[in-house]
Amino acid sequence: MNTNIDFSSKFKSANFLSLSLFVISILFIIFKGLNYGIDFKGGTLIELRSQSKNVNISEIRTSLGSMNLGDINVKQFGKEGDYLIKVEQKRENNNELIPEIKKILTNNLNAEINFRRVENVGPKISSELLQSGIIAISLSLAAMLFYIWIRFEWQFSIGSIVALFHDVIITIGVFSVLSLEINLSIIAAVLTIVGYSMNDTVVIYDRIRENLNKHTRLNINETANLSINETLSRTIITSLTTLLALFSIYILGGEILRGFAFAMILGVLIGTYSSIFVAAPVLKFFKVSYKTLEKKEEKIVP
Amino acid sequence: MLNFSKINIFFIYSIFLFVSLFSILNFQSNEKSFIKKKVNLGLDLQGGSYLLLEINSDPLIKEKIQSKVIPLKKLLKDNELNYSNFEISEKKLTFFVDNTDKLELLLFSKKDNFLNPYIDKYNSFELDLKILENNKAEVIFSKFGLLTINNSALKQSIEIVRRRIDDVGTKEPTILQRGDKRILVELPGLKDPERIKSLLGKTAQLNFRLVSENEEFGIDKLTSEDGEELNISKRIIMSGENLIDAQPNFNNQSNQPTVSFTLDRLGAQKFGRATSDNVGKRLAIVLDGKIVSAPSINEPITSGNGMISGNFSFQEATDLALLLRSGALPTPLDIVEERTVGPDLGEDSINSGITSLIIGFILVILFMIYKYKIFGLIANIALIANLIMLIGVLTILEATLTLPGIAGIILTVGMAVDANVLIFERIKEELKTEKSPIHAFDIGYTKAKITVLDANITTLIAAVILFAFGSGPVKGFAITLGIGIVTTLFSAYFLARHLTSVIVLNKKEGEVSL
Repeated sequence: MNTNIDFSSKFKSANFLSLSLFVISILFIIFKGLNYGIDFKGGTLIELRSQSKNVNISEIRTSLGSMNLGDINVKQFGKEGDYLIKVEQKRENNNELIPEIKKILTNNLNAEINFRRVENVGPKISSELLQSGIIAISLSLAAMLFYIWIRFEWQFSIGSIVALFHDVIITIGVFSVLSLEINLSIIAAVLTIVGYSMNDTVVIYDRIRENLNKHTRLNINETANLSINETLSRTIITSLTTLLALFSIYILGGEILRGFAFAMILGVLIGTYSSIFVAAPVLKFFKVSYKTLEKKEEKIVP
Repeated sequence: MLNFSKINIFFIYSIFLFVSLFSILNFQSNEKSFIKKKVNLGLDLQGGSYLLLEINSDPLIKEKIQSKVIPLKKLLKDNELNYSNFEISEKKLTFFVDNTDKLELLLFSKKDNFLNPYIDKYNSFELDLKILENNKAEVIFSKFGLLTINNSALKQSIEIVRRRIDDVGTKEPTILQRGDKRILVELPGLKDPERIKSLLGKTAQLNFRLVSENEEFGIDKLTSEDGEELNISKRIIMSGENLIDAQPNFNNQSNQPTVSFTLDRLGAQKFGRATSDNVGKRLAIVLDGKIVSAPSINEPITSGNGMISGNFSFQEATDLALLLRSGALPTPLDIVEERTVGPDLGEDSINSGITSLIIGFILVILFMIYKYKIFGLIANIALIANLIMLIGVLTILEATLTLPGIAGIILTVGMAVDANVLIFERIKEELKTEKSPIHAFDIGYTKAKITVLDANITTLIAAVILFAFGSGPVKGFAITLGIGIVTTLFSAYFLARHLTSVIVLNKKEGEVSL
């Protein structure tokens, strides 16, 4: 592929778009909040399968209504006859709760019920899981920052972190807008997005640094443009193969992995966009040129 | 970069063969095999229960502080210290005493101090003394005293939990300590954990106490199974510790399920004495603060064998016998986290996981052949080698494969080609300026190397952090993603590079194109 697209002329409008999406995401996260799953909120989740067509959502709801369980969420989950029930955490000790729910459902629904999955997370555990999730994401951001800082100059480090924040916040923002559930596997997805986005940014940065040394007469805009174009086919091919794998999980991987795959697809798209339209312009902002490079190319030669 | 010495080639393919051989181990029938390594399926794939139990040490601390009352009062009396307003609360004992200095000296004496033993391990006493205003003394457990109580309760609980689960007879349970208050239990293949949960939810503290109207030790009002309210003496004649065996049984006359038990020598003595002295009175059998039954003592029981009858079904009798055999938990256990997956959902997950892996794999392979022709084929061979090695490493580590772990493998498939894409694209660029294709390939590999490393190390960092902080299934994802990166680098930089060199070096100048 021999591309010569003028990316740098679009930096301004792209930055405006990124900034607005970023701000909107933050507003949504603050004001609408996130739909935490039981991993982070505590509570009970039951996935059941019934062969009988008589069972429906409202019937499950009325059966459980008598138990005074607080907020109950029932929805169809994948195939017909599969339901997912989520019950809010009310009691500290749940040793007896699940058998009670199972008994009531078996007695009231008048159909053979197969309890396919039961999860119960106590309030102490859920807050610990949330805490360790936040620590994991912050730590990985810090580790990336550190890695880029020893590998590149500080301007690159800031650029890649800006791009990372951009990706993570907007992905979470979309989850807030669509009220999608945030659970442990979404944290895994976010961390993978961090890795992927970084990967993409590093490839372009590597090339920018190389070109700054090679074409000392070009300014940063031209260098960035050249580098993005040179790596563009790789950027597109890798995004494509990754997306092929992810769509395969999204469509065929079953109900449990769908949220994870969706977050990853979003992340790959946003991450690819950001390494071109966010990470590169930051270098321009810091007026990076071949003169500001401390570390020369000699490292490349093995 | 395209020149390989014979030794290099030997090493590359030996490593590949060695690692991939392990992946075959997963497909053999396990019985007679020489090496028994295998990738374990996580509970979310094979079905089963994960339980996280937490010990609640508050009742134990209350009990322990109460047990200090009598020796403490004795100490005060023996040393002619006057005390007043002696109060017992949940975690402390308070009283007024006339000589606080002397009390302090006595309490922290290292010689024959049975009331407040010195814990060598922590260089600390079990109890702490606080002197408040007006000579008011407060006795509490020290930090290390509490720690000692907690640790021994946890160790003991793990042992009892293990005995109970083994007694039920589930296959390959995992029982581990987690932190300083928790016990992790994994029960693969278990469809319904309710029975085990109810067995673990009972402390099963059994004791035998007389039904009595007036008693110097004080009286508890307890309700029996049939609703009768009885006054039970606080004095414990004998407790479950003296039991050496318990079995479910049927009563000969009524054909009711019962539990027969056998006592150790000391228990038999205690029981014999108490039943001889109290013929005609009623003996209450109290389990976790509830009366199971309260039969009359018709004659002294000195044989050390007895029987508990109550209104229970045979299942309940079986469970009670199991609980009594395994011993009492020192303190109640709370189930703070539970995740149970039915075997059919696990199977569905495996099927959909593998289907999406195969489809994703085929799509990527087709795309690479379309894009890079013969070199796409090399990338694909590297990809397949990569997958085989990934499974091989998982087998060597006997890692646990979870559903997110399968997702990690699929993601590896998508991202693994990145290394080869980076290299091929670089070579393409070099081909534009370089006259010699061999040289272009050489420079391409060299220049892409640093970028490939940089790009993969970032993802590796994410995987390592995920592994350190993730729990359960997420850890499985981190493992496959992390190992996938390492095998990707190996297959791209050694296997694929060697195969490329074979093609490039054997073709004539001008025939190589990408």
